[in-house]
Amino acid sequence: MGLIHSMEDANWMRVSRRTVLASGTASVAISAVSAGARTRSYPSQGNAPVINTVSMTVNGRRHTLELDTRTTLLDALREHLQLTGTKKGCDHGQCGACTVIVDGRRINSCLSLAVMHQGDEIMTIEGMGTPENLHPMQKAFIEHDGYQCGYCTPGQICSAVSVIDEIRAGIPSHVTSDLEDAPSFSVDELRERMSGNICRCGAYSNIIEAMTDVIGRQA
Amino acid sequence: MKAFSYERAGSPAEAAAIVARTPGARFIAGGTNLLDLMKLQIETPGHLVDINGLGFENIEDTSDGGLRIGALVRNTDLAAHPRVRKDYGLLSRALLAGASGQLRNKATTGGNLLQRTRCPYFYDPNQPCNKRRPGSGCGAIGGFSRNHAIVGASDACIATHPSDMAVAMRALDATIETVRSDGSKRDISIADFYRLPGNTPEIETVLEPGELITAVTLSRPMGGQQFYHKIRDRASYAFALISVGVIIQPDGSGRVALGGVAHKPWRIETAEAQLPRGAKATASALLADATPTLENAFKLPLVERTLDAILMQAKG
Repeated sequence: MGLIHSMEDANWMRVSRRTVLASGTASVAISAVSAGARTRSYPSQGNAPVINTVSMTVNGRRHTLELDTRTTLLDALREHLQLTGTKKGCDHGQCGACTVIVDGRRINSCLSLAVMHQGDEIMTIEGMGTPENLHPMQKAFIEHDGYQCGYCTPGQICSAVSVIDEIRAGIPSHVTSDLEDAPSFSVDELRERMSGNICRCGAYSNIIEAMTDVIGRQA
Repeated sequence: MKAFSYERAGSPAEAAAIVARTPGARFIAGGTNLLDLMKLQIETPGHLVDINGLGFENIEDTSDGGLRIGALVRNTDLAAHPRVRKDYGLLSRALLAGASGQLRNKATTGGNLLQRTRCPYFYDPNQPCNKRRPGSGCGAIGGFSRNHAIVGASDACIATHPSDMAVAMRALDATIETVRSDGSKRDISIADFYRLPGNTPEIETVLEPGELITAVTLSRPMGGQQFYHKIRDRASYAFALISVGVIIQPDGSGRVALGGVAHKPWRIETAEAQLPRGAKATASALLADATPTLENAFKLPLVERTLDAILMQAKG
């Protein structure tokens, strides 16, 4: 059953690309859709792909994309905007490699539909810093060997930057001892808050050192 | 993933009506559970109604001193809300014990209540599962059942409910506000909200087709000391083997709800009369009808010992 389904999906993907390239029926549907603020595209007949338009700002640049509704934010970034810094690990929200920052908050981009990000501001690792002008967290990861293979690193860095913001905003965690006190920047807090980012190389202790270094410099 | 069409709902009643009349339509809010299941084709909606624009993002005081939590309030925001931290610490603790920071930023109050089980047989389309494909059988019965229900299960299903938040909501006696497809509203006590599996494990709540959760309300704070202890295989970011939510008053009376033991958050109000007598008496009353498997019988003493640890902590 699984095999048949995936073959069907593969076929639809091909049809979908052609449909978009030929921009036949799809573009008619899109112009009807983009006229209003509300999006409505009516039930998919016989599992035919449905194309929607979505506009979002990624790393300060506005993009308008015509996407199959199934496209995740992760796939939109990687496959449509060629921002391949954000990684696909498990694709099920378990590993954190796909972590990006949307409207100031970190999320798993693999578990979010691109079409649901109309008007959103997205920051990926590419927007964090450049090789010539690294973000302090990127610099600290290099200085403290916060990675080995590097695959999880973009997600780790997006999370690490967000964790500092979350503690600063007073958001408690599972290890915060008193819920009514402001949470601290302790190693226990950092470790708990980074648990949604898996590193198979096991660079965890160096990641915590990198974060602690950044926190110390910002204090 | 199967193809689907998508729309943003204009109003709660419209959203409910669309989902009720469109075969295979589903609401989507945070999407963290639904999209995961769609990728595995365990859920195959043909139409998604995005409810994120409907404005249920507020937490407000109610006239009787309670709290009204919009269905779209994210788990992070609910856990961090000053009144929740001060007056409903159990809820804050339960939320913070669940998922990861990234997921809590997206997951909503309404969606958390409606999470599907993480039973591995439900998650594997090659396995029989009465919840995923009614009538196909249950792979967990006679299979690997370490994480499964010890109480309230049936011959059709021994899955557990995965939510931490729902355990706290059950202990706090939350009320779930909904709008139905005809536009009418109703309040459902969380005690009546979830169903045991019986012969229809695919039907998990009393919600009607298209019925949309709009808010969850808590009555005025009941004080006491509040605890949520979650026992799991990892120190963070794992589902519960068992969890115990407790509100304990200075006179020793209180409330207890359990997670990880049943198809729904498990609370038996009459068992709470045993609290002044201690953990053993209370756990025995809560789990009197338990039918554990060889692999998950460990949950019985684990519940008792976790409750005992909480009661000792409460005494200081």
